[in-house]
Amino acid sequence: MKFGIVTFPGSNCDVDAMHAVTDQLGQTAVSLWHRDHDTQGCDVLILPGGFSYGDALRAGAIARFSPIMQEVVAHAERGAPVIGICNGFQILCESHLLPGALMRNAGLKFVCDWVHVRVEGCAPMFLNSYQSGQVLRVPVAHGEGRFAADDATLDLLEGNGQVVFRYCDAAGHVTEASNPNGALRGIAGITNAAGNVLGMMPHPERAVESLLGSTDGLPLFESLLSRVGA
Amino acid sequence: MSATTSRVQPRPGDPAITPALVAEHGITPFEYEKLLGLLGREPTFTELGIVSALWSEHCSYKHSRPVLKTLPTTAPYVLQGPGENAGVISVGDGWAVAFKIESHNHPSAVEPYQGAATGVGGILRDVFTMGARPIAMLNSLRFGSLETPRVRWLVSGVVKGIGDYGNCIGVPTVGGDVMFDPAYEGNPLVNAMCVGIMREEELITARAEGVGNPILAVGARTGRDGIHGASFASEDLSDENEAKRPRVQVGDPFTEKLLLEASLELIRSGHIVAIQDMGAAGLTSSSAEMAERGDVGVVIDVTKVPVREEGMTPYEILLSESQERMLVVARRGHEEAAKAILRKWELQAEVIGEVIAEPVYRVVEGDRIVAEFPGSRLVTECPQYHPEARESVAIAALRAKDPHAIAERSEEADASWTLRELLSSPTIANKRWIYRQYDSQVRTSTVVGPGAADAAVVRLRGTNKALALKTDCNSRYVYLDPRMGGRIAVAEAARNVACTGGRPMAITNCLNFGNPKKPEVFFQFREAVFGIGDACRALGTPVTGGNVSLYNENPQGAVFPTPTIGMVGLIDDLAHVTRSSFTTPGDSIVQLGSSTNELGASEYLARVHGVTIGAVPVVDLDHEKRLVDLLLSLIAGGYVRSAHDLSEGGFAVALAECCMGDRDAMLGASVDLTDSQVDSERALLWGEAQGRVLLSTASPDAVLLAAEAHGIPARVIGAVTSEPRLTIRTATRLIDTPLTPLADAYFDAIPALMQRAATASA
Repeated sequence: MKFGIVTFPGSNCDVDAMHAVTDQLGQTAVSLWHRDHDTQGCDVLILPGGFSYGDALRAGAIARFSPIMQEVVAHAERGAPVIGICNGFQILCESHLLPGALMRNAGLKFVCDWVHVRVEGCAPMFLNSYQSGQVLRVPVAHGEGRFAADDATLDLLEGNGQVVFRYCDAAGHVTEASNPNGALRGIAGITNAAGNVLGMMPHPERAVESLLGSTDGLPLFESLLSRVGA
Repeated sequence: MSATTSRVQPRPGDPAITPALVAEHGITPFEYEKLLGLLGREPTFTELGIVSALWSEHCSYKHSRPVLKTLPTTAPYVLQGPGENAGVISVGDGWAVAFKIESHNHPSAVEPYQGAATGVGGILRDVFTMGARPIAMLNSLRFGSLETPRVRWLVSGVVKGIGDYGNCIGVPTVGGDVMFDPAYEGNPLVNAMCVGIMREEELITARAEGVGNPILAVGARTGRDGIHGASFASEDLSDENEAKRPRVQVGDPFTEKLLLEASLELIRSGHIVAIQDMGAAGLTSSSAEMAERGDVGVVIDVTKVPVREEGMTPYEILLSESQERMLVVARRGHEEAAKAILRKWELQAEVIGEVIAEPVYRVVEGDRIVAEFPGSRLVTECPQYHPEARESVAIAALRAKDPHAIAERSEEADASWTLRELLSSPTIANKRWIYRQYDSQVRTSTVVGPGAADAAVVRLRGTNKALALKTDCNSRYVYLDPRMGGRIAVAEAARNVACTGGRPMAITNCLNFGNPKKPEVFFQFREAVFGIGDACRALGTPVTGGNVSLYNENPQGAVFPTPTIGMVGLIDDLAHVTRSSFTTPGDSIVQLGSSTNELGASEYLARVHGVTIGAVPVVDLDHEKRLVDLLLSLIAGGYVRSAHDLSEGGFAVALAECCMGDRDAMLGASVDLTDSQVDSERALLWGEAQGRVLLSTASPDAVLLAAEAHGIPARVIGAVTSEPRLTIRTATRLIDTPLTPLADAYFDAIPALMQRAATASA
């Protein structure tokens, strides 16, 4: 399986995503430069974390106008998988591939920490290798990660099973104390209606080695593999 | 050539060179005489500006160099010692590590956010201009009391500045140290350390070479910000410094990220021969130092330098400290190829000068020569001083006081109260409020991040090795006894590194002191450096570079002398990585090293009794070396479940910390010290005797046997328990407390203080 890691000026988790899918998953991956128009036949596109264009204006606001983003949109419209992590999630929202927006953290500070998220919703493409209700331990590292949308949108997302990760405590309870950024309804990750575009604030690519504290991010990538294998 | 020199003319509108103007540039009459001798004529205004920067303490080390020369700098694995942008050591398998620590104290005192941010930016550039990719940042911070609103404002700004810059550029901030004391009220210290990795063959230096090679200015445009930053850093702080806020530069981590990627690509491309950050004293310092190292001449045309605003004079262009700029010497004929790489990263690059055979440092403005100095003498013939050194009588008297004569407070009848008091002291308390604002994990190589072990551990991808990294300095010790304090700073860093399984390899230092023209301050400086040298020789950790920051004074006085040590250790096998907190109920707790009656200079005296007095604990450097060897041998043998050094707060604090690694899953400890030979139970519990480590182990007999073989006293003192409770029994006292109130004291102290209002006004 071939992964494309989209790299903008200011991306800084691109190498981490690359290592996760190559070293840990044994797949092939290429870096897709923001000025490119060619996705080189990649099966999965990853928009990694970082500070594309220095977060000028708003996180993700400039990246959406990059040439490569036209190809990301086309890839998504074909029903092929797209994952936006952290800044990548912000770019997907700015590009309207996903609803809602990521606002400044409720505490107004950057937060780097381990958090728990609960797997839910319906997006087999990404969640196949998880159990519904499973609690994952994954890192977050962001200053603008408070997911927000109007109530109607939030209801719709929940009704459609598009909310796939929610901040929770170690036992799986969604509480205020376990929400690192004040995201509405504790939302940490969502998909589009078709279930092939995933945006999430936590970093699954940082949770793929026990040496670094967790392997709970691995099944996300493995889900994609099992789907292609099927 | 003499005709050339005589062509140097003042620019129209330049102020006349008067004694007042010379003094304003921080140049003494003695130095001015020297300058006249060097030039054989009166300098122009532009030249005066250049000299004021190059001969500033910050650039010239004119007071410190003779003392620094006494430090050991060599080992078979040192690839680059002091004098370059950063030191470099080999870590085997063809890999090399570049690292350096630097201060940004003065800017952070007046503009904490930008001051700290640009400090991070500067040290990153020092490392990647060696050809190394930065893989970790640490920072060593000193502030006044958190009870003060202005200190809280400084802490908030500095932490946010460090975080915003490091997070954006994608280099993890993995560790450091923070200490609070009223001595830093007016002068916070912000020291940033960067560590980078490269293949040995990728090492590049900042040495201008090759007559005819073009010199390029790369990166951000040059503006009027930061002019005279280097001189600013070389004088005492005063109320007037508020007016010097424009001397603080503004950082742009996004441009820096592009500069980082572009620089590494340039270095690998072979199109360039040298690269250097335009840091302190900007274009002036970078070009003059490159020429001096390469033993060549250079000519710079200021009209070619891309500027941010119209009408900048040569003086301003040369002395600007606008951030995110590099000076590059390209191979002749390769400049377009170099520019193409920079364009890919959306960076500007212009040829602004050339390497010349004639041994002069020449600045032109179009056809006009505005500055010219003979050869590299501008750098090499900087005046050097051997100031008078004399110990302060007042400090010697403080040292002579007997801490045991201080009566206990009534609350101390309950030793748990004292323990809570110490755990909630901001110097000891958990620093999560700070490090949670730093991305400590980006690059997915942080094996041990902030707070989890005595040093941070970052793996070397592609190998089975890791680096153990630590910054350290107990400045209270240095204040009371600079020689001993200097030794302890190194020894404690080494102990910390060894506790994580790392062999101490080398250090970088950041020497933060007051005004060296005061004999009492120069005494502290000289003795502390001698102490560092003693310990580095004993422990086999050469000094590969660093930074001197003097004039950390304000009208209230000087800071505690603070020679911060940044140590790099090597962990040979990832399986050896060891953390500080207990892991397994039933494990034996072993103390390595002996407790003593020493109580002087302790955090206990400062926190509980509000005094900084007494003799500093004596560090036995031979013992420390054997202790390091013992730890590494025990860890490699698989006998160590956890290892934690005893430092500020002494035994009881260290033991409590071992229990509280994970606040949600604490383990208890029960220890018995009733047969201790130490007379003073206060010293036993809170004293800071050196050379001690707490281990937890499933194989206590093996540990004791190995300790004996290494000549290190060792005793099994108790066991790890599943119940979250701490029990310490001494001959006459008993600490027996649930861990929860201790954890509340330890984890909540800094957040509670930082919730209170913060203001910029004093």
